Amino acid sequence: METISVILIAIGILFNLFGCIGLIRLPDVYNRLQSATKCVTLGTCSILLGVLFYYGFIDIGVKALITIVILFFTATVAAHALVKGAYKFGVKLGDKSVKDDYKEVKK
Amino acid sequence: MKYIVLFIFSLGFWLLLTFSLSIQNIIVGVVAALLTVLFFGNLFPDKVVKLLQPQRYFWLIVYLFVFIWECLKANFDVAYRVLHPAMPIKPGIVKVKLSLKTDLARTFLANSITMTPGTISVDMIDDLLYVHWIYVSSTDPEVYSKKVAGRFEKYIKKIFE
Repeated sequence: METISVILIAIGILFNLFGCIGLIRLPDVYNRLQSATKCVTLGTCSILLGVLFYYGFIDIGVKALITIVILFFTATVAAHALVKGAYKFGVKLGDKSVKDDYKEVKK
Repeated sequence: MKYIVLFIFSLGFWLLLTFSLSIQNIIVGVVAALLTVLFFGNLFPDKVVKLLQPQRYFWLIVYLFVFIWECLKANFDVAYRVLHPAMPIKPGIVKVKLSLKTDLARTFLANSITMTPGTISVDMIDDLLYVHWIYVSSTDPEVYSKKVAGRFEKYIKKIFE
């Protein structure tokens, strides 16, 4: 059990690292949020799963499991709110962008 | 009826989250659950009967596995794009037509889309969902609607509608 939890936590930290690298490398707000939501959410979930495996189904483990559910809902809603807010605020899509269907609605 | 169900749900959630059965904790939980029901009860779906149909839970479990698989793929996909020296991205915002009708199902779909390969839901206007996509692979609306939402729609339809 301990080995599994250590592996899960290591994977989690690795994905959090990828997310942070993406946050620095990608060109605009929207793409940065992509890496920030996906990699960081999975990374954190993986760490929490590691905690669950380490402690088993006692209070800390169950709390970790519930935190995963809450994280899944809040992280997605937060990402959606940030993207929409950025667009409303007038942040332009990066130079590499190929398509923008949302523009016609905003006019 | 739906207020009672929501109350039981919130109280159960509270008890799981705090994980203690002392009397003070239960009292605080009841107060918190009551406040939740008062403020957010009207957002809960009206047809409570749906909660008692077992096939919905079966599809929910199937959906969970599909979702976890897609989510893992999403992460490797984004990690690959981030770590690749040339950064193979082609971002853009596309619109996807939804076939789901209820609000709860749509919320679930939008959340799922945000968690899967390179897509974030930006806004929903009437029947159209606007999605920011990190790699727009085709310009044909039919093809990308299927790619973005098609995987989940059939399961979510079975769970919530």
